[in-house]
Amino acid sequence: MVRMSGAKAFVEALEREDARTIFGVSGGAILPICDELYNSEVRFVLARHEQGAAHMADGFARASGDVGVCLATSGPGATNLVTGIATANIDSSPVVAFTGQVYKGMVGTDAFQEVDIIGVSASITKYNLQVRSASEIPRAVKSAFYIASTGRHGAVLVDLPKDTQVDVEEVEFPEEVSFRGYNVQTQPDVREMDWAATLLANAARPVIMAGGGVIAADASSELLKLSEFLSAPVATTLMGKGAMPCDHPLFAGLCGMHGTGEANMLVSESDVLLVVGSRFSDRTTAKLEEFSPGAKVIHIDIDKSEVDKNVETVTRVVGDARLALHGIMSRLANMRFENRRNGEWLKKLKEFRREYAVPELPSNPHLRAPEVMKALRRALPRDALVTTEVGQNQMWAALYFDAYAPRTFFSSGGLGTMGWGFPAAIGAKAAKPDVPVVDIAGDGSFGMTENNLATCVEEDLPVIVLVLNNRVLGMVAQWQRLFYGRRYVAIDLGKTPDFVKLAEAYGAVGVRPETLEEFEAAVKQAVASNETTVIDVPIDPEENVMPMVPPGKGLRDILVEAS
Amino acid sequence: MAQLNTIAFLVENKPGVLFNVANLFRRRGYNIESISVGPVVNPELSRMTVSVFADSRVLNQIVEQLDKMVEVVKVKRLDPMRTRMREMALVKLNTADPMAREEALSHVNAYHGLILNIEPETLIAEITGEPQKIDDFIDKVRPIGIEELSRTGVTALEKGRLKL
Repeated sequence: MVRMSGAKAFVEALEREDARTIFGVSGGAILPICDELYNSEVRFVLARHEQGAAHMADGFARASGDVGVCLATSGPGATNLVTGIATANIDSSPVVAFTGQVYKGMVGTDAFQEVDIIGVSASITKYNLQVRSASEIPRAVKSAFYIASTGRHGAVLVDLPKDTQVDVEEVEFPEEVSFRGYNVQTQPDVREMDWAATLLANAARPVIMAGGGVIAADASSELLKLSEFLSAPVATTLMGKGAMPCDHPLFAGLCGMHGTGEANMLVSESDVLLVVGSRFSDRTTAKLEEFSPGAKVIHIDIDKSEVDKNVETVTRVVGDARLALHGIMSRLANMRFENRRNGEWLKKLKEFRREYAVPELPSNPHLRAPEVMKALRRALPRDALVTTEVGQNQMWAALYFDAYAPRTFFSSGGLGTMGWGFPAAIGAKAAKPDVPVVDIAGDGSFGMTENNLATCVEEDLPVIVLVLNNRVLGMVAQWQRLFYGRRYVAIDLGKTPDFVKLAEAYGAVGVRPETLEEFEAAVKQAVASNETTVIDVPIDPEENVMPMVPPGKGLRDILVEAS
Repeated sequence: MAQLNTIAFLVENKPGVLFNVANLFRRRGYNIESISVGPVVNPELSRMTVSVFADSRVLNQIVEQLDKMVEVVKVKRLDPMRTRMREMALVKLNTADPMAREEALSHVNAYHGLILNIEPETLIAEITGEPQKIDDFIDKVRPIGIEELSRTGVTALEKGRLKL
């Protein structure tokens, strides 16, 4: 036991969790904590808006695999975090948010900058709590990190009334914490794995669908081994992109509304579908009743409440994805079984790929987004990190930018938060300062959080922003074009801003390449210079993201051309 | 097919837990018929009993989602064949008319209720039993004139050695 202020205990608790970088905006209700950070090694990256800080913490967490931390003051500081917390939580990203709060005695009086952030954040966090005394702070910090980073990862919020930061009390730093109602089952059940292995051994048309859980569990190499052993093609969800190298012969691409034809068709025709660490989002399954109709579904997940939630399974394997895949693989390796698979099923992958190839568009003075994605891949080293915004840019990136390794491709999958990619890229850069980080953006999304250019420049966290600039809210425009008879409403972004000048105004580099060659050169230059660079690439506002499953249709109804 | 089911669970006895449970039911669109809460022998825990209309798939989700909450220590769907259920209702009846009072007293007697209070114009009856019995009693006394009604919600235990 030692006597210290709650703020000092808070900073020491952070250091004990090895949180060396936090993202936030300062403010009145966290002044005691800011004062303790003055003498600390913990780096406080100053965002220009709390939403950006939360996304930075999220990007940091996804790139590093460690907990990302954000800090904001009470009231508007706390509510500005909300979108970022919700984004992290639905994508199972381990983020801990700390918020200042008014003095305990003033809670409930509608004091200046008071908001009930515990009530506000209840539906968008895995857990939240308000600290009631300085001595509770070390346990609260430890609990937050523990819950955020175990089981199915998620967001945790800790609310710190100002007097709990100021008060000097006897404090103790617990080595571990536990909760009676929180027991994570990581070790899968033996019988469940036996069943799964038996089903896979007897499969004639096996397919593996890999979700974000594969990446969270660091299970990519186990996935690869099992896929190769079974000759089972792998489709990924958006969150699973990178779990399997995109240039692997068994990789079928993304499954879902904007999936590839081959992935959607293989999933639809499989007889045994092994789904790993995915929650069967509607964007992945398309029309639920038509999802993989003939398949026996095996579901591996750490969160047992996801099993049978949307899709009924034949068998579940609840536990850590790496342990589960390893367990199933070793059972198969020791099993005698008649191999019912033959080359026919794998030939299907190539057939579907040919059949559902997206036709080349007629030539046009504009650069084509898919070509820009491929050129970006050529210009970047294999270990570069990529984030996306949300909308057309995101789907072009998901379809046409190849990721080769887990934790190299990040996107706001569940919440679909425009403005996420840029601050997330800054957080990723803080986690991995030695590799280039690119935000694949649209002009609409980038506009939502572009003020974080100041953070890039001032905090020396250089990222590259690729703006696929079509001067419209492109995905909304695509839906209005295809499903609302071109009755365009609230999509036109006009001519402003000039992104080159915007970058320059922040002291960053801005360029506007006009050909693919110029674009590749600009990317290489940005990587070499390691300076924050905005690359503004004008594209055709009429260009659609294809393939696409129309809303309300099944995965088989995928269109490769807008009719 | 949607049926009335009873779920019992133990929660940490901390501020905000009731809010979080209610919030879960609201957010996921589960339709609660009643909820009752009270401390158990261990003062750190409370027991909640929820009755809910749901089919088996939704019921399974409710149990899983409750189980996932950090503050929920144990959760169980009670087997209707092995469960004793009780609910209590206080009913204030308009008995200004002596005939009405006579009729009210005979219904309370028939349902093994208690008279808690008699005023010149009203009386308060206490009825305990399975929810269906309380519904029946209310139907019987409705023509007399119900001034106020307060029900506790269902509380339940499984028989024998079965425990939560």
